[in-house]
Amino acid sequence: MRVKTTLARGAAIGSAAALALPAVAAADSLEAYNNGALPDSVAINSLWVIVAGMVVMFMQAGFAFLEIGFSRGKNAGTVIAKILTNFSIAAIMYSAIGFAFAFGPGDVIGSDGFFLRDYGDPQETFAVMGLSDATIESKWFFQFAFCAVSLAIVWGTTLERVKFGVYIIYAIVFAGVIYPVASHWVFGGGWLQVNVGMQDFAGSTAVHMIGATGALAVLLLLGPRRGKYGANGKPRAIPGHNMPLFGLGVLILWLGWFGFNPGSTLNAQDGRFTEVLIITQLAAAAGVITAIITAAWKTKSIDIGMAGNGAIGALVAITAPSGYVELWAAPIIGAVAGVIVPLSIYAIDKKLDDPVGALSAHGIAGVWGTLACGFFTSPRLAQYNAFGDPDGGLLYSGELTQLGYQALGIVVVFAFVFTLSFGTFWVIKQTYGLRVTAEEEDAGLDISEHGMYGYPEQFIPAPELVGYAVAPGSRDVPAPAPSTREVPAS
Amino acid sequence: MKKVEAFIRHEAFEPIRMELLDLGFPSLSIMEVKGSGRQKGITERYRGAELTNYLRPKVKIECVVASGDVQTVVDTILKHARTGSIGDGKVFVLPVDDAYRIRTGESGEETLQAHPGAAADAERVA
Repeated sequence: MRVKTTLARGAAIGSAAALALPAVAAADSLEAYNNGALPDSVAINSLWVIVAGMVVMFMQAGFAFLEIGFSRGKNAGTVIAKILTNFSIAAIMYSAIGFAFAFGPGDVIGSDGFFLRDYGDPQETFAVMGLSDATIESKWFFQFAFCAVSLAIVWGTTLERVKFGVYIIYAIVFAGVIYPVASHWVFGGGWLQVNVGMQDFAGSTAVHMIGATGALAVLLLLGPRRGKYGANGKPRAIPGHNMPLFGLGVLILWLGWFGFNPGSTLNAQDGRFTEVLIITQLAAAAGVITAIITAAWKTKSIDIGMAGNGAIGALVAITAPSGYVELWAAPIIGAVAGVIVPLSIYAIDKKLDDPVGALSAHGIAGVWGTLACGFFTSPRLAQYNAFGDPDGGLLYSGELTQLGYQALGIVVVFAFVFTLSFGTFWVIKQTYGLRVTAEEEDAGLDISEHGMYGYPEQFIPAPELVGYAVAPGSRDVPAPAPSTREVPAS
Repeated sequence: MKKVEAFIRHEAFEPIRMELLDLGFPSLSIMEVKGSGRQKGITERYRGAELTNYLRPKVKIECVVASGDVQTVVDTILKHARTGSIGDGKVFVLPVDDAYRIRTGESGEETLQAHPGAAADAERVA
């Protein structure tokens, strides 16, 4: 391993960027603007990063609708409460300590930028993002939106049976420590990226696999939904209640990925983001097609859910390579993901109850996407991004160097995130508890956890819903008002 | 000939259904009903306002069997539907005057004979 050279290069980039570009935090940029010394590039790049970040923020809606569609109607409303709560906790925790851990200077853990204060020159302190002169505020928002996406992925396996407080407790730990530290290693200037040379452009590992690893940890402690496995141990289908909402969720996520991957350039001026966007699109398209074919081959039906899972899986897979591979490789990476994801869902479903397929679409596809860099990374882009083997992936260099970096990164991140997550959930299980009671699970989380139904008309009989009924035992029964439309039967 | 009507919890239905199949009684209808008994209501809270729900969802099973088989069917329902808590439901047995099998036009008790192979048939279809 060329530890020394990659380390030296990483450091060189940081200091070169610091020399070349002005300090850009909002306060400084205002001063520079007043002096006529603010380059247009700051505004242009910040605008792109903010637009991309807003699109990524909208992925919260995508996760919400995807999960609602795949849940039963009695557990629809709780997803909204969870998404809003988690998104907000992530914002507070990430701004307080998460961003500093994730992007501050340091090989193992970032150490500067707590509460977004006193970080000095942001180009120097957050050197890994120094290739772009966008304001640090825009970069913060973009990275926070990533953290929130990763957190949203965790809960895919827990639908319809987890206690609401679990979301809150784990969100604090995840957005404050687990995600920031692990993502720091992978794309925040930490040791896996700089010293080892792992490539993960937008987070197949750093966002998606981290989320899926948390999802696996909680699932192992939580167990399946009641009725998922019959007495003979065979899995039974628990159909989600709304395929159109699921489809809306998939399409919103797909749109979100046009912020996720192209936005990770953090830079509009080099025009790279347009190519990254096309790469993202072609991978997703290939993934849908192969997922439909795979599902039709295995189950003899054109499965709506698998078409969507294929899209998500391919998008997850292209996330790491999107900034490192040439256009021709994108449909191949997506197509492979579209085959892997349905097969993985069928296999996992035999033993583990993952209602939305998060382990496959984000975990397995995330692993594949990260490894794909080891095959397909092109030398020119490895050199441009300045991480990993400058000779490119296996197909260019003929060597397993980059693939080795990628594999090492996956193992390290999985072990770290799984250990911390399992520990956190284990403590929650011993103290607060992970699961609602069987009775609450049967009634649905909407009524048992939130005291209200997502779809009241389905659960409250019409006479009670509109208020004609009176409480049992009450003598105060109003006579029904005669209707002018009633005609005697003659 | 008797008609057995049972109001039960949703989760009791599957075990009852499986055992009735084993015993040779595949013919039944169910309805999702809402009703009230001694079970307490559920209070829904919607943005500060409350709405109490006394009508709880139950499954209603209906099946018509030969008089000699009534006790078997009722015992099966009682066995699986009882949790011991309020809200387990009720079973009613009603007299039936006659029965016709539409396909053949046969009538009387022989249209209601138990089918000991019913479980195996259901397995084969599945």
